[in-house]
Amino acid sequence: MANATTNKQRPKYLSLQAILFEIRLPLAGWISILHRVSGVLLFVSGIGLLFLLDRSLSSEAGFAGVARTLGFPLVKLSLLALVWAYCHHLCAGIRFLLLDLHKGIDKASARRSSIAVLVVSLLLTAFFGAKLW
Amino acid sequence: MVNRIVVGAHYGLRDWLAQRITGLIMAVYSVILAVVLLSGQPITHAVWGELFAQGWMRVATLLFAASLAWHAWVGVRDILMDYVKPTGLRLSLQVLVLLVIAGYLAWTIQILWR
Repeated sequence: MANATTNKQRPKYLSLQAILFEIRLPLAGWISILHRVSGVLLFVSGIGLLFLLDRSLSSEAGFAGVARTLGFPLVKLSLLALVWAYCHHLCAGIRFLLLDLHKGIDKASARRSSIAVLVVSLLLTAFFGAKLW
Repeated sequence: MVNRIVVGAHYGLRDWLAQRITGLIMAVYSVILAVVLLSGQPITHAVWGELFAQGWMRVATLLFAASLAWHAWVGVRDILMDYVKPTGLRLSLQVLVLLVIAGYLAWTIQILWR
């Protein structure tokens, strides 16, 4: 019962080789998969971010400790990656909301909005990155 | 008769809609937070603590966290449904994700109302 429809054999065209070398994603496809990747990245980083929030609000010393931790280059780079993930996820999410409302679904505007998402999220990352540094 | 898969995630509309509405809530919060942080003084412990001591900020952050919890659940569940096919493993991972999300949410409340 549980597998009433899942047991049906369907042809498969996907192989690791196909995924890596044969399938070329259009730009909108990249926006989509990056939306996924950034979402997962943010989810698994939640514990670290909550830890930082917890420490920073705990006490003066805790705040100073967080500031010191964020001073390490590797931590800064990770944080920058998360800032990008957040900005990309937000921009791509707004694009998906507009697509859901049937705004900009023709090929040309969908491509333009994909470029806009990439550019705007990178610009935002650069802006907030500069603030952090 | 329509063949329906009983081990799934309902039929999706509620979660699909919830993911979009919670996304919108978080987008609004993000913009407000960015404006507050960028337009204020440099962030010291006093400024930071004072911001999170205010009632509206605590409630807004709680709403953000609740939205995030629901949003992340739908998103991660979708990803597990796409890539993890063995039912037992998928169910285990889904339970794990739910526990992590519940933990995140409880921790957030603890941080906000300390």
